[in-house]
Amino acid sequence: MATAEAAHHDEHHGHPTGILRWITTTNHKDIGTLYLCFSLTMFLVGGLMALVIRAELFQPGLQVVDPHFFNQMTTMHALVMIFGAVMPGFVGFANWMIPMMIGAPDMALPRLNNWSFWILPFAFTMLLASLFTAGGGPASGWTLYAPLSIQGGMSVDMTIFAIHMMGVSSILGAINVIVTIFNMRAPGMALMKLPLFVWTWLITAFLLIAVMPVLAGAVTMLLTDRHFDTAFFNPAGGGDPVMFQHIFWFFGHPEVYILILPAFGIISEIIPTFSRKPLFGYTTMVLATAGIAFLSFIVWAHHMFTVGMPLAGELFFMYSTMLIAVPTGVKVFNWVSTMWRGSLTFETPMLFALAVVFLFTIGGFSGLMLAITPADFQYHDTYFVVAHFHYVLFSGSVMAMMGGAYYWLPKWTGHMYDERLGKIHFWTNTIFFNITFFPQHFLGLAGMPRRIPDYALQFTEFNVISSMGAFGLGLSQLIFVYVVIKCVRGGKKASDKVWDQPRGLEWTVPSPAPHHTFDTPPKIA
Amino acid sequence: MLCSRIRTTAIAGLSAAAFGLMADVAVAAWEVNLQPPVSPIGRDILELHNLIMLICLIIFLVVFSVMFYSLYAHRKSKGHEASQFSHSTKAEVVWTIIPFLILVGMAIPSTATLIKMEDTSKADLTVKITGYQWKWQYEYPEHGVSFYSNLSTPRAQIEGIEPKGENYLLEVDNPLVIPTNKKVRFLLTANDVIHAWWIPQFGTKKDAIPGYINEMWTLVEKPGTYRGQCAELCGKDHGFMPIVVEAKAPEEFEAWLETEKQRQAKQTADLNRDWSKDELLAHGEKVYVNCVACHGAAGKGLPEAFPAIAGSPVATGPIAEHVSLVMNGKSGTAMQAFKNQLSDLDIAAVVTYQRNALGNSTGDVVQPSQVNSIR
Ligand code: HEC
Ligand code: HEM
Ligand SMILES: [Cu+2]
Ligand SMILES: [Cu+2]
Repeated sequence: MATAEAAHHDEHHGHPTGILRWITTTNHKDIGTLYLCFSLTMFLVGGLMALVIRAELFQPGLQVVDPHFFNQMTTMHALVMIFGAVMPGFVGFANWMIPMMIGAPDMALPRLNNWSFWILPFAFTMLLASLFTAGGGPASGWTLYAPLSIQGGMSVDMTIFAIHMMGVSSILGAINVIVTIFNMRAPGMALMKLPLFVWTWLITAFLLIAVMPVLAGAVTMLLTDRHFDTAFFNPAGGGDPVMFQHIFWFFGHPEVYILILPAFGIISEIIPTFSRKPLFGYTTMVLATAGIAFLSFIVWAHHMFTVGMPLAGELFFMYSTMLIAVPTGVKVFNWVSTMWRGSLTFETPMLFALAVVFLFTIGGFSGLMLAITPADFQYHDTYFVVAHFHYVLFSGSVMAMMGGAYYWLPKWTGHMYDERLGKIHFWTNTIFFNITFFPQHFLGLAGMPRRIPDYALQFTEFNVISSMGAFGLGLSQLIFVYVVIKCVRGGKKASDKVWDQPRGLEWTVPSPAPHHTFDTPPKIA
Repeated sequence: MLCSRIRTTAIAGLSAAAFGLMADVAVAAWEVNLQPPVSPIGRDILELHNLIMLICLIIFLVVFSVMFYSLYAHRKSKGHEASQFSHSTKAEVVWTIIPFLILVGMAIPSTATLIKMEDTSKADLTVKITGYQWKWQYEYPEHGVSFYSNLSTPRAQIEGIEPKGENYLLEVDNPLVIPTNKKVRFLLTANDVIHAWWIPQFGTKKDAIPGYINEMWTLVEKPGTYRGQCAELCGKDHGFMPIVVEAKAPEEFEAWLETEKQRQAKQTADLNRDWSKDELLAHGEKVYVNCVACHGAAGKGLPEAFPAIAGSPVATGPIAEHVSLVMNGKSGTAMQAFKNQLSDLDIAAVVTYQRNALGNSTGDVVQPSQVNSIR
């Protein structure tokens, strides 16, 4: 951050400094930094909530919190992580990297950009404040299923309002990404030359615009059911609680791809660099991303196999969900082929990328198992599902962001990060992650439901292991925070290229990247 | 403190293991796979699960042995030069088509099992299951028998005051009883929010949804006691509404059904006489277990979420309003309608109890007949 100031060569007019600089900024790098800092903060807040959950589950019996507060923690943890840590985190990467990767001076709509970020602190203040209202925070799970969410207190209304704000922020961000990519590419930067990170974000942005309004609609109906005597989801008034789930998951499944596609993009940048080889099968990677995005709209009811759908419906959603494994598999095969016969080195970003490929694939396989409807009747709403989505979300999305952060930090700050600490962070993080979440597969299979504050005795052993892993995982993130701060403050000067043989326009500009990168468009070969 | 906890856990683990050797516990510690099935569908699911997992495991090993070989052999530190190939249409077509064919192979047995699961026709017995916050009601509509099933683990075990029993959190006062080797059809619904009824060893899980009647079936081959839990978040005590099923040989089941019918007939007779205050209070205390989850054992409630009964304007105000609140609940809140769950006697008793205990002393006595007239 300090270094971005040093590189500040904005001559148009006197720019505010200090806090006002950050409030009024329209610069994509400043806004990217804001998003990333916000995301990291939310990651730590959500992480603390997870530790409350794991502390309660360390032993059978109720020791730390009461069941009502436990439910508030699971609900808040998920909302904060999904909407506060992962989504804004990727928008931060988009802000920093998309203009640099396509040879543009800034995002297309800079003021909108400022606005879409600054909505977020208000949204999350509202969301977190709901914990302190009468009756506590929302406790119906992040899925907010009616009628349970209709029973909640005023915190549910605050959550709904916060979700509306987050939705507006995401949609504005997505519009900006699309407009930037379509209009601001340097001459010669054809669509099929875009770096894969840009492609995945372009597709993600369309997903966002398509489904955030759907979520907004669902929670608005909840709100009117709660206060204005409508009965969208209330059977006593002719409504239908299952309709809420259909609408929610019509948003929810594309949402999980919103959470992973940019991660695929980051991985597809890192692996070629440290393999010293071009990405294998660029065209199929783009097509696979688009294919996944399309399929994500026709699989939503796989979250609802147990609600009692007709057989034909169950079969349709089983087959369509299984199909997603094909383009996902193509991606994994292509990453492995990119490494094949390369010249590999294992700096921290590459270690993260490799772990993402390996661990995400475990999550992909458990996803495939969940798609098998008869078996899903056993897995559904158990810890098996919890393990699945942490393998795709933590070791997919979050670890991809960590890898991305190590990869681009030298470009952002002009300094090399501490490689030794970075590696220590990688190994502690990855080992504790597996200690935390791998045993949860076993718990789920053996019959432990999710979202419970206390459990039967046969689940004790794996829960003890999982809780101990969780505390290690939480602590290891402090290393990350330290490495980032240290790197911002100083360190070995980074060269323009930073890495041995990176590809992409961002490596042609100085490190740290100047405040406005491409005032004159670069020439694309 | 952490250390001592770990030690207790280790000891608990060891003793549980030792116990597991002696008693026939269906689910032991360190279990890593699905519980042993006792129904044909449960068996099909287990086979399907094992098959799919094996296929996934093989693909995983193949893909990642290639990756790890590459990580080993194609390192820069070993002097490996990068080749610059960037696509191969042939390879990409192959690794699109082969996974697709494997998926088709998985879909076939899955479809067959699913079709069997959804066939609820020709059942020998129907049981209606209703989910409540936080208990289950079981009805045998063909036999006019119905009852509620509550968690029976004592509070003291949950709070760690007493040592935890073997079936901690997986035990109920009145288990569901079904005959073995008969096709039992379950009809599922709920009174308030969505719950899900799940017995892992049967391979049956389905949501109980207000306003819906869902169907599923099972056929249990082995007599025994089977345990499960609610599997859909349903509020504060979602973790405390277990499901216990006793599968009995058909003759024993018939005998059980007969005694149950007689017990319920006696209850109906009780409704028609006048009860003394002491009798009502004694019975009311028992019925109050239905209210403890929210209003607390001492009637103190939970600040801001569940009102206290002690000094409550309703429990010390007009009797008719108190009775009607308990009967009809209050929509939009967790206070549910107890009309169908509790008999006139139960309601009369619990209302009398709330008005004369838990810190109240109005001196009122409410008779079942009075409740009936408000009903
Ligand atoms: C699932 C939670 C729950 C259970 C179980 C429950 N109640 Fe309630 N009860 C509530 C809530 C919430 C209210 C407050 C309703 C409102 O907002 O007016 C309430 C209110 C009441 C009141 C009025 C208190 C006042 O001062 O407003 C009485 C009396 C009462 N319940 C009796 C009972 C009885 C008797 C039972 C057991 C048969 C019972 N409740 C079981 C949640 C519950
Ligand atoms: C191969 C690809 C995938 C398949 C086939 C798949 C399949 C499924 C299925 C069937 C479920 C429902 C399980 C149940 O509740 O019974 C599920 C849950 C879930 N999946 Fe995936 N999934 C895949 C990838 C992903 C990815 C990439 C993410 C996110 C990055 C993700 C996130 C989630 C989440 C968050 C849930 C749980 C939602 C909840 O109930 O709260 N999945 N997945
Ligand atoms: Cu999904
Ligand atoms: Cu439940």
